[in-house]
Amino acid sequence: MAAISKIATGNGHGENSAYFDGWKAYEINPFHPTDRPDGVIQMGLAENQLCFDFIEKWLMEHPEASICTAEGVSKFKETALFQDYHGIPEFRQAVAKFMGKVRGDRVKFDPDRIVMSGGATGAHEMVAFCLADPGEAFLVPTPYYPGFDRDLRWRTGVELVPVVCDSANDFKITIDSLQSAYHKAQEANIKIKGLLITNPSNPLGTFMDKDTLKNIINFVNEKNIHLIGDEIYAATVFMEPEFVSISEVIEEVECNRDLIHIVYSLSKDMGFPGFRVGIVYSYNDTVTSCARKMSSFGLVSSQTQHLIATMLSNDEFIDNFVAESRERLFKRHKYFTWTLSQIGICSLKSNAGLFIWMDLRKLLKEKTFEAEMDLWRVIIDEVKLNVSPGSSFHCHEPGWFRVCFANMDNYTMEIALSRIRNFMVKNNETMVPPRNKLLRRTSLKLSLSRSLSRKMDDFIMSPSIMSPQSPLVQART
Amino acid sequence: MVAMSKIATGNGHGENSPYFDGWKAYETNPFHPTERPEGVIQMGLAENQLCFNLIKNWLIKHPEASLCTPQGVDKFKETALFQDYHGMPEFRQAVAKFMGKVRGDRVKFDPDRIVMSGGATGAHEMVAFCLADPGEAFLVPTPYYPGFDRDLKWRTGVELVPVDCESCNNFKITRNALEAAYVKAQEANLRVKGLLITNPSNPLGTILDRDTLKSMVRFINDKNIHLIGDEIYAATVFMEPEFVSISEIIEEEDVECNRDLIHIVYSLSKDMGFPGFRVGIVYSYNDSVVSCARKMSSFGLVSSQTQHLIASMLSDDEFVDNFITESKELLFKRHKYFTWSLSQVGIGCLKGNSGLFIWMDLRKLLKEKTFAAEMELWRVIINEVKLNVSPGSSFHCEEPGWFRVCFANMDDHTMKVALLRIRTFVLKNNEAMVPLKLCRPSSLKISLSRSLSRRMDDFMSPGIMSPHSPLPQSPLVRART
Repeated sequence: MAAISKIATGNGHGENSAYFDGWKAYEINPFHPTDRPDGVIQMGLAENQLCFDFIEKWLMEHPEASICTAEGVSKFKETALFQDYHGIPEFRQAVAKFMGKVRGDRVKFDPDRIVMSGGATGAHEMVAFCLADPGEAFLVPTPYYPGFDRDLRWRTGVELVPVVCDSANDFKITIDSLQSAYHKAQEANIKIKGLLITNPSNPLGTFMDKDTLKNIINFVNEKNIHLIGDEIYAATVFMEPEFVSISEVIEEVECNRDLIHIVYSLSKDMGFPGFRVGIVYSYNDTVTSCARKMSSFGLVSSQTQHLIATMLSNDEFIDNFVAESRERLFKRHKYFTWTLSQIGICSLKSNAGLFIWMDLRKLLKEKTFEAEMDLWRVIIDEVKLNVSPGSSFHCHEPGWFRVCFANMDNYTMEIALSRIRNFMVKNNETMVPPRNKLLRRTSLKLSLSRSLSRKMDDFIMSPSIMSPQSPLVQART
Repeated sequence: MVAMSKIATGNGHGENSPYFDGWKAYETNPFHPTERPEGVIQMGLAENQLCFNLIKNWLIKHPEASLCTPQGVDKFKETALFQDYHGMPEFRQAVAKFMGKVRGDRVKFDPDRIVMSGGATGAHEMVAFCLADPGEAFLVPTPYYPGFDRDLKWRTGVELVPVDCESCNNFKITRNALEAAYVKAQEANLRVKGLLITNPSNPLGTILDRDTLKSMVRFINDKNIHLIGDEIYAATVFMEPEFVSISEIIEEEDVECNRDLIHIVYSLSKDMGFPGFRVGIVYSYNDSVVSCARKMSSFGLVSSQTQHLIASMLSDDEFVDNFITESKELLFKRHKYFTWSLSQVGIGCLKGNSGLFIWMDLRKLLKEKTFAAEMELWRVIINEVKLNVSPGSSFHCEEPGWFRVCFANMDDHTMKVALLRIRTFVLKNNEAMVPLKLCRPSSLKISLSRSLSRRMDDFMSPGIMSPHSPLPQSPLVRART
């Protein structure tokens, strides 16, 4: 028997979480429009697939972005040899500029604070290694991305202490809940080293208002603990109000900047998860220096640095991309949520992210997580959709599900919506108002302006299909 | 006062090692043939720069290897989205095939055992996380690559216990040395979890013979500890004898081995010259380790853009066969010219047949047999001779006076400048000692055949032949003329 490590034999990899079961179901029988039209549709993967045509067009116009083309090959050798953990200067400058643009150029980012990592996955682990010793902890508001359990804890030995947020106030993070979690940790003899927030939120699809952010900053300063802001969905804010970044708030309030660190990536905003472009941006010089040394364990491929440097330094492309991406996300989100509302399914009001936080509490047999799991298995096995149950995000209330909408084409989305509708009709046949049957996808038309300001009604064209009503409400007709 | 982690505030990053001081001197004043001809020449970086022309030619002929060309862009989206930690199947297949070819197709590698990591740096850390708990240890023969101190220990809390190897037997790793180190660890209450070998060796530039490898495999089986074979210089073996991989040894009939103990670390940084692409590989014969490492690889996956490029390149058999042969040839030529020129000025080195560096013997130039004297000599080499070489102490060598000098990371002109500086330095310090018929670099001609078998004399042109010169002689030996 060859002994391996405790880390290797334990469950810290987190893959026994329910979050992954749906993936397995999908992998066995993935949907394909022609090959497997009855397969499981993947709605558990927060990917941004909406803008690739835009990017591919740019690539064709810019062969110098590749080190393998006639126009770019003169850079092949120096790039292939470049392993300096400072990163290619043009890469850092381009990323810093992009981060600024995504925040409406309301703040400037310093390229010398840009540190690379192996995706956001590597970034989070690296930050944990820099800030906390084994046994120490970070506070994390619930619900939160399941990957944090692995990324922040597995190999680091750091703990996570949940900050419970409630649907009663739309899952806002309150000072009370922060204080309560902090005291709970103290009572358990756990030293809190920091607070990790995801803003815009995964899985909620919302982001924090300025006051909440200011409260959070006051809280971390008062406790002298770090604030880690995961802003990887920053460019997915598709509707007003405008995104407010920690980087902006610290310019307005008293704050010890040595406590402030941002995690970023191009996986969500650009749709490049495969390229593993993770970024740690710290206002703390010691952390920057340490993280930079640690980045050796997960540098961005210099080939990819070169591509990203070229792409993100093209101002016109970036401005167009950010606007176009928002537009397409908005359209997709609105169509999706509106169609769901037509069959009585609501979700948390959101204006960011690649998913919605769907409210299926009323469909639970009882208000328990077992009932949530039951419902989830039905959704996977009968409705054939892989969605993610709220419990896998450590949500404290059963009945919420994260459903991704930006990782598929229009046709697949229609199929998904159709399946949901059929399921709802089958389960609540008497409840659905007859006039909803007028809702055939072929007659649904949407036209939208390119402005970011919209009211809910703007996109509903036909008066005859007005009125989102839960099928559980007594039919009016 | 803001508290960070102990890891962050400590010195585990290892950058206070003298290994990095020379780098700093270089960075302040780097050599450039026209702009800074008096600058420091970098001979401390084990890079393989000799084959880029071959690679560039291939790239231009194969636009489909890039996602950004008209021929490749239809794969852009699926590749940019691909983050599966299993890695692209074509990538794993191509790497497995390449690893086999580098070993003369004497073994086959299973693509399903190929696990990605953030370069060899990430691979080593990942293996340590998989095999050992904090406070446990690996045995590592000296001299060894300084980066191991960071890669294996820094964030893992794992310890390294040196296995002493000596120049008197050419730094061979003996069973006695292994046993001694193991016992020493036990006495220090350190639980040894594995043995890490680098084969071909950095910094020695030598390979392990079959008997030594078998002896090691027996040792680790006896002790039931893991064997991690870092084989990242496998394709840099430019001269006989042929490289023997752990993967071959465990197939031999007279070797009994629990395969769950065997793990190989690989990378394309040295063999292909692609350190920037961060293509690290962990290949384990232990299913649990493969499974765990694969999950951990999320922290350092290879960019899918790079996976795609490497998959295309390494699945081209003709290109790979040519590349391996050409690379060996160019390395051989460079190595021979370099070592021969050094021998002309009485500088010897360990007889090696692989790697991107030589293990230079400057023991006789030390004022005294101490590491302090080694450091002094090193500072002279950096500040006066203006070469960044790496002192043996930074490799944990037990004897002072050895230096690792890289030769494959520069063009011919720069190498000649470096050799000239060495020659000038030696002359200045040993004027009376250097034989008059020493040749000048400009008259030195070398012609070589393409065979891998060579004797030392083969490459010397008769015009500069000399009965005295082929043997490396210390300038401190009395001149014969």
